[in-house]
Amino acid sequence: MSAVQEAVTDAPAVEAVPKRALTLGTGTSLTVLAALILAPLFVKNFIIFQMTMLLVYGLAVLALNILTGGSGQFSLGQSAFYAVGAYTSAILMEHAGMNYALTLPIAGLICFIFGFLFGQPALRLSGVYLALATFALATAMPQLLKLGYIEHWTGGVQGLVVTKPDAPFGLPMSQDMWLYYFTLVITIAIYVFSVNLLKSRSGRAFMAIRDNEIAASAMGVDVALYKTLAFGVSAGITGVAGGLGAIAVQFVAPDGYTITLAIQLFVGMVVGGVGWLPGSIVGSAFIIFVPNIAEGISKGLSGAVFGVILFLVIFLVPHGARQVALVARHLLGKLKKS
Amino acid sequence: MHSRLNLPFAAVAATVIAFASTTSALAQKKYDTGATDSEIRIGNIMPYSGPASAYGVIGKTEAAYFNKINAEGGINGRKIKFISYDDGYSPPKAVEQARKLVESDEVLLIFNPLGTPSNSAIQKYMNAKKVPQLFVATGATKWNEPKEFPWTMGWQPSYQSEARIYAKYLLKEKPDAKISVLYQNDDFGKDYLKGLKDALGARASMVIAEESYETSEPTIDNHVVKLKASGADVFLSITTPKFAAQAIKKLAEIEWKPLHIVSNVSASVGSVIKPAGFENAQGILSAAYAKDGADAQWDDDAGMKKFLTFLQKYDPDGNKLDGSVVYGYGVAQTMVKVLEMCGDNLTRDNVMKQAASLKDFVPDTLLPGVKINTSPTDFAPIEQLQMMRFKGEKWELFGDIISGELSN
Repeated sequence: MSAVQEAVTDAPAVEAVPKRALTLGTGTSLTVLAALILAPLFVKNFIIFQMTMLLVYGLAVLALNILTGGSGQFSLGQSAFYAVGAYTSAILMEHAGMNYALTLPIAGLICFIFGFLFGQPALRLSGVYLALATFALATAMPQLLKLGYIEHWTGGVQGLVVTKPDAPFGLPMSQDMWLYYFTLVITIAIYVFSVNLLKSRSGRAFMAIRDNEIAASAMGVDVALYKTLAFGVSAGITGVAGGLGAIAVQFVAPDGYTITLAIQLFVGMVVGGVGWLPGSIVGSAFIIFVPNIAEGISKGLSGAVFGVILFLVIFLVPHGARQVALVARHLLGKLKKS
Repeated sequence: MHSRLNLPFAAVAATVIAFASTTSALAQKKYDTGATDSEIRIGNIMPYSGPASAYGVIGKTEAAYFNKINAEGGINGRKIKFISYDDGYSPPKAVEQARKLVESDEVLLIFNPLGTPSNSAIQKYMNAKKVPQLFVATGATKWNEPKEFPWTMGWQPSYQSEARIYAKYLLKEKPDAKISVLYQNDDFGKDYLKGLKDALGARASMVIAEESYETSEPTIDNHVVKLKASGADVFLSITTPKFAAQAIKKLAEIEWKPLHIVSNVSASVGSVIKPAGFENAQGILSAAYAKDGADAQWDDDAGMKKFLTFLQKYDPDGNKLDGSVVYGYGVAQTMVKVLEMCGDNLTRDNVMKQAASLKDFVPDTLLPGVKINTSPTDFAPIEQLQMMRFKGEKWELFGDIISGELSN
């Protein structure tokens, strides 16, 4: 936890709007974008599916990053918002026959409201207490989804099977590839939105609250409003990620959205670098691929191997991918000079 | 590459099957992805980590069993390559692993993936890809739907059929029973409860009290006390091992002595009865389809001797008292039997065809009289169980082998 706090309070003192702390340079951004667009053309469908999940979890980590890195509030309850988004999309698609693309804004909106409302009582809590309150939300969610009253809609313990969409307009691409590009467009849109949000007046208000709540309120920032707003935005983005995840996996069930997912997202955020948005995708890659690597090393001890890798990462680069990126830039700068 | 090959390949496979069924002696070598002259690749998904990691033993036992088959020369000269991945009991991860097995490792089939949620998540994909999802490790009832899901097949008796057997027993032996039920609030518990009520039919009102618990609860004591207060004289415990043992202890502690029935999942002497105390477990009823490694009555049994020799030689870490080890052995043996029946025609079509034509097959670890039978319309391999009563330090089987077939 201390690494997080350190990163959270370690705000750049020089720039009022720390653009560099938020984003990558234009050149790097374009390279990453080109790689994300071209890669699916050369790999198997299975890898494309993994890349889709990479983007989906990346979005969820990004949402947590806005909340924790932006406004300085903790959440271990992101899995609950993810679940609500996933179920909203699944239910609308399967029971109401709605188009998959239309279900996403609805999932986002419902989660925004849910998160905003949850943010109200959360206002009274801070730090570890808030983490604990959101933890309760994450623990309760799988059980709530099993409730008898809504079983008709949620499918109860058996879950719901979701139909995967075909590429529209007769485009000659596989379902996986279409879904990947669809997810990519949404991810880029949300990423641009998030970066702009954090650079805007609201974003500065978030960061002011993060750095010093009393000072922020003295400056005229409506602390209560902006704290709940951060919760709402974060929950909304997580909900969209949940909906996309449900469509990609083609299945929702209470067991898919346990506290383990919330902790994974938290790990992803820390590994990617708290408050550094491009790190979200790195964090997402960490939570998807490192367990596979750990399993390759030892089946019986996969959990322990994962723990060791995580420990090494936190120990060697406590600020995650952000630190690696900074060092890389520093080295590049030196090379150019000499 | 797969899609280009598909059409002619399927046509050839179909003709070969038609051909083989008339003149089996002339069967040619036929392969789908995942099988060659020297190798058969089998995929598997297990929760080696996560909340259900205790079941990971099944995957290890299966790997050991296939090692034994390979050491003994393989199946018709082909070695088995068993690729087993961890899904941590998470459905999204199961989808990822299933796709990896089918599209990247190019396995012939996925064998015995564990867990109802994980199997539900991959069922549609497997059937769309036409890759066998064979002998799934879950007792849900929905795996026996050959029309809708011709590529998915179960193995163990379904929870509903087991519940049916208890209902039949109660209707016959104790028609005026007042039944109380403690069940786990998940697919296992709910499926089971449905089976019980369906089988009681018009007499479903015999169930006078129900309590559900979550696996996250540390103890179920208060549920047991509530059920006692309902005045019931039958206590049906639809619980997993830890909670079954707690219930047995609690019943003794509050001196409640109803007719106590424990689901087969928790009938293990080693992991439930012994920790709960033999003196507290006298007279408990359950039903079984496999032999219990902790039960001395099987020490001289030919099948169990083979099982124990296997453990000694290929799986020294395997605990014979662990029901999951006995399970893994039995299901792996069934898989090998199906692959042997396939002969040189190792297409996915033929694997399903052979899996659906098992006749009176008896793995070493099943109770005497319990046989595996399947047909193109019956994808539920094991449907028989026998009632048993706990006496002294072991289970005593009684009555006939009963079929829990849902059509009855």
